[in-house]
Amino acid sequence: MSAQTDTIDQFVASDYKYGFVTDIESESLPPGLGEEAVRFISAKKNEPEWLLDWRLKALRHFEKLKCPTWPHVNYPPVDFQDISYYSAPKKKGDGPKSLDEVDPKLLETYEKLGVPLHERARLAGVAVDAVFDSESIGTTFKADLAKAGVIFCSISEAVQEHPELVRKYLGTVVPYTDNFYATLNSAVFSDGSFVYIPKGTRCPMELSTYFRINAANTGQFERTLIVAEEGSHVSYLEGCTAPMRDENQLHAAVVELVALDNAEIKYSTVQNWYPGDEEGRGGIYNFVTKRGICKTNAKISWTQVETGSAITWKYPSVILQGDNSIGEFYSVALTNNRQQADTGTKMVHLGKNTRSTIISKGISAGKGQNSYRGLVQVGKKATNARNFSQCDSLLIGDRCGAHTFPYIEAKNPSANIEHEATTSKIGEDQIFYCNQRGLETQDAVNMIVNGFCKEVFRELPMEFAVEAQKLLDVSLEGSVG
Amino acid sequence: MLQIKKLQAGIEDKRILKGIDLSVNAGEVHAIMGPNGSGKSTLASVLAGRDGYDVTGGEAIYNGSDLLDLAPEERAREGVFIAFQYPVEIPGVNSAYFLRSAVNAVRTHRGEAELDAMSFLKAVKEKMKELGLSEEFLKRPVNAGFSGGEKKRNEILQMAMLNPRLAVLDETDSGLDIDALRIVADGVNRLRGRDNAQVVITHYQRLLDYIVPDFVHVLHDGRIIKSGDKSLAIELEEKGYDWLAKEAA
Repeated sequence: MSAQTDTIDQFVASDYKYGFVTDIESESLPPGLGEEAVRFISAKKNEPEWLLDWRLKALRHFEKLKCPTWPHVNYPPVDFQDISYYSAPKKKGDGPKSLDEVDPKLLETYEKLGVPLHERARLAGVAVDAVFDSESIGTTFKADLAKAGVIFCSISEAVQEHPELVRKYLGTVVPYTDNFYATLNSAVFSDGSFVYIPKGTRCPMELSTYFRINAANTGQFERTLIVAEEGSHVSYLEGCTAPMRDENQLHAAVVELVALDNAEIKYSTVQNWYPGDEEGRGGIYNFVTKRGICKTNAKISWTQVETGSAITWKYPSVILQGDNSIGEFYSVALTNNRQQADTGTKMVHLGKNTRSTIISKGISAGKGQNSYRGLVQVGKKATNARNFSQCDSLLIGDRCGAHTFPYIEAKNPSANIEHEATTSKIGEDQIFYCNQRGLETQDAVNMIVNGFCKEVFRELPMEFAVEAQKLLDVSLEGSVG
Repeated sequence: MLQIKKLQAGIEDKRILKGIDLSVNAGEVHAIMGPNGSGKSTLASVLAGRDGYDVTGGEAIYNGSDLLDLAPEERAREGVFIAFQYPVEIPGVNSAYFLRSAVNAVRTHRGEAELDAMSFLKAVKEKMKELGLSEEFLKRPVNAGFSGGEKKRNEILQMAMLNPRLAVLDETDSGLDIDALRIVADGVNRLRGRDNAQVVITHYQRLLDYIVPDFVHVLHDGRIIKSGDKSLAIELEEKGYDWLAKEAA
């Protein structure tokens, strides 16, 4: 029935309300990748010799690598010489010493994004590190955190203030040789967050980093490192937005998590980079490597809500090295218009009695392509490893696609691995049923989508669960006529 | 309340309704009977505004305005309720949440205040008791995994909560055992009042033992070929539809 497909055909781009540009004077490196750029960044940050050497090794390794072609995504080759690897708001004098000295324009930008940096205006109990292009512009609640012994600052600052910690852990989970984009990141990473939770400490508040790309033709290469000492606990959240531009921009981040014995790290992401327009013009290429390592009895839990980016390519993973350690991955990935996502996780079971849970919810609308790719690996010594995976796909309309690529490698016969997958479609009949009960079509779609994502939203910290739900509603706005 | 005049409609090129005339006043219960394929469910779909049905002629005036001009959700908010023959499953969406959203959409349209969670729960639990539904029901996703009888009772529950002015029950009796039938009929009867009307579409006379109609209409090949009171239904039960079809021809 033609009239039926018509209503679903009317999938159009929603308004991306974070698409504005902040007019601020910035200092950028001319486009081009090479030793000069790497040395510039390193010098800019006044880095010690060992870090510069590490960057240069990564650069040399990168020159030998080829861009991977296995992801189920399509895009023209990226010209790495055409990207600027460093851009930061111009500092007056020595740069701001506290938030009070930060350029008001920057504070205004974060205000507009719904992330006011003034501590009084912030949600009680959430500390924020704000990263603008290549630089962290400020971190809130530092003093309060310091009382608990928690270190929360930009990674550049950590290199200066706590070089021994950075040197001990940087690259231990994601080595500079890991993969194409992680290697690139190792060479040119500019900023990101650093978190250190001392032994036996429960971090007194939620930590979060808000990433903002502003400058044109720049890539953002942030590097985040979180170390949770024995018996500690931390919950961390990151959010991301970027202006609307017709050109694609590259975002290649690396996140490393280290959970020592009995520690727990909960890492949540609400990713809303500019997705490009209806025709697929512009948008962020989000090529990210995220991985954590669990020692004995440790737990790492990844929760992600991915609604933005033209292309998303990321697999937050957990290496379950210690006995009895636990890895979790909860994901909602939405692709609308011409967005493409190839996302999932790797759970590597090495220790005995290790457990992992994977819940992946893919939503495809418009001409969006959504792939789940996951690896569950059980090593020889991982006696009694258990995994449960559930991958559900929801299709809206008939021009989108959902794909599932589950890989299982079990080398221990005691492994217990379960995989469930479903694909469903929001039907015209479901929408009509809701209409007949007085509900608008858009409300009906939101209701069905939110119902579909419930199991993942439940894992997000309370205030962010509400945000995520709203974000999903906005991303599907105008989706069905 | 509802005046249908010379209504013609179909799907794509197939003509199904070939000129329906029907007048329903407040306080009345009308039964529409007819063999399979006579157009009974099409009539319900056209009144609800389901996509894919083209109205090719005639009109349906509801409380003075053109019903066919309204979007499905507007019809619903104006008080038109369809109890579906095959209620759709909506996995993931909690029944209580769904029903409260629907009730509040209608209330907002009427200029009434939205029901908060507490008053909604109180009201819905009362209705559920009457319909013999356990409270567990509210926590389940809409119709997902429900038995046929549960789905039909859920339709009646929704109807009771939405308190429509015009309720169209599309073969609500199909697939119900006698106990469920009685419960459903009780639910419908409880709703009867001076200000609202019901159109009960059914294949069998059985339901009309419990819901006693004021008028009975026989639909055949897209037209109402005979109208009468409840005795017509009894006659149909005895003689079948064929004699009427011949008479009409």
